[in-house]
Amino acid sequence: MDPIKILTANIDKPNSTSIDVYIDGGGYKAVAAALKMKPEEVTQLVKDSEMRGRGGAGFPTGMKWGFVPKNAPKPTWLLCNADESEPGTFKDRVIMEKDPHLLIEGMIIAGYAIGSNPMSYIYIRGEFYYGAMVLEKALDEARNKGYLGKNILGSGFDFDITVARGAGAYICGEETGLIESVEGHRGQPRVKPPFPAVIGVFGGPTVVNNVETLACVPLIVNNGAEWFKSFGTPKNTGPKLYCVSGSIKKPGVYEFPMGINLKELIYDHCGGILGDRKLKAVIPGGASAPMLTPDEIDLPLNFDAVAKAGSMLGSAGIIVLDDSVCIVDAVWRLSKFFAHESCGQCTPCREGTNWLESVLDRIERGNGRPQDADLLLSMSDNIGGKSLCALGDAAIGPVISSVKKFRDEYLHHIEHKSCLPETVRYRRLDRAVPAH
Amino acid sequence: MADLHPDNPYAPDRFPDPKKTVEFPPEAKKKFDYILTRYPTKEACLLPTLHLVQEVWGWISPEAVLYVGTLLDLSPATVFGVVSFYNMYNQKPVGKYHLQVCTNLSCMVRRAYDIYDHLCDKLGVDPGATTKDGRYTVVEVECLGSCGTAPVVQVNNDYHENMDVAKMDALLAELK
Repeated sequence: MDPIKILTANIDKPNSTSIDVYIDGGGYKAVAAALKMKPEEVTQLVKDSEMRGRGGAGFPTGMKWGFVPKNAPKPTWLLCNADESEPGTFKDRVIMEKDPHLLIEGMIIAGYAIGSNPMSYIYIRGEFYYGAMVLEKALDEARNKGYLGKNILGSGFDFDITVARGAGAYICGEETGLIESVEGHRGQPRVKPPFPAVIGVFGGPTVVNNVETLACVPLIVNNGAEWFKSFGTPKNTGPKLYCVSGSIKKPGVYEFPMGINLKELIYDHCGGILGDRKLKAVIPGGASAPMLTPDEIDLPLNFDAVAKAGSMLGSAGIIVLDDSVCIVDAVWRLSKFFAHESCGQCTPCREGTNWLESVLDRIERGNGRPQDADLLLSMSDNIGGKSLCALGDAAIGPVISSVKKFRDEYLHHIEHKSCLPETVRYRRLDRAVPAH
Repeated sequence: MADLHPDNPYAPDRFPDPKKTVEFPPEAKKKFDYILTRYPTKEACLLPTLHLVQEVWGWISPEAVLYVGTLLDLSPATVFGVVSFYNMYNQKPVGKYHLQVCTNLSCMVRRAYDIYDHLCDKLGVDPGATTKDGRYTVVEVECLGSCGTAPVVQVNNDYHENMDVAKMDALLAELK
């Protein structure tokens, strides 16, 4: 399969963030076309394209828009989820920093389709300071050209966008955590139901869409649902950005029709494993996706195929690990992340993620006990499905999959009090780890 | 005074000093007034206002917590609850250069911990601490969303990508 340039069509152009370059390349035509349609027709078009959300869960976007009740007592809101914090994921940043108008155009169309009130927010993670600056400048340009503000292109539709910066919390990438954060609260997820489509931000019906999802919308409006479906396979349609990182020769963002073969992506397009070492494990969908072993990677990267293989495509953040990486150390690092990012609301997740981290740390340091591998599984069982949001389930993904697939390595650690001989130390064990 | 117990890592360093008051300079006040026009409730302005506080003073002092509370009609406890929840709000003053080394998995397998250890050793500071001259603070941070160009070090607001120990030394020489 050859790489394509559809979502990334503009990013290599000089001055790609300017509105003139974007309009020269056919930009903002989709807004004009969409505003001539009825909002329901736009939603139907996105439904027909069978696009699934690019944020991680893969929920059909058109269906999400369709859940927004008509004539709700409170105004409807559109939020763009640009809180890209999943380790291994860096695709939305490319769109925001290199082609911000594609996102803005997508938001105007989405806002029109769901009947959004005149204000909407791009919730961008606080660390993306540069991205926020690029977006602010692009928004100013769009306002000056009349694509944002009152009565857009004479259609009577009012719409504006504000960049809301997060402040360093992974949990705010969770839909309801994001809503809480936009309201000015601690980003602790809410109980569902009611779902955001009914009661979301400021009490109104709310649609939260990922950056890449919204960036696909102008493409669908311009080229039609059938064109969009010509990429990928039924129910897994459209162009898709894949982020490849870790022990790989050519890391980066790659665009393919949905469903590129993982093995082909790693060896043919990314140049293979760093230092020509042996592949040990692949995390296919960001830190929370269960690991795959080298003999499981011959599979198409779409939502259904990866789920069938016992993992998830998630945000398509592919982390490649070679045989110099100690699996226990790698999983410890991910568990440290989840322990740090647990919001503290639900006990199983708040306490459990810390326990996972400390048991993994003691195995890594050679203080593991014979029952520790099973202890990790039993602790995971006490976290999974027992908290409000999916962070707890995410935290146990790498733990369960690694204990099941690399049990020998865990047992080697516990028995010999050391890593496998071919592994390399990536961190010093004598450095104190600050509390989080 | 239980909240200020030395073993409680979540406690503020001290209570606000009633004799010290803080106020936005006119430029920041203008930005604050603009923020108020962008959100439907005052409470929703809290995160951007705290970013503004940090832009002006470099950290969020107990006095600033009180001040933000009066600006937005929120209790100091609510404001501090938000400050302490989010990573990027500094509850202590940080150095002129805030060196934030990502050590999450993709950066780790590209030897990010070497950079982190090197910084701690070279500058003679513990993780999270500031050098005596107030110039550098070294911290380990979670994924910065730049795994394709790992390892990455964020200095204040700027990303430095594809780093290694030699490049870090060269960068340090520029950060005077």
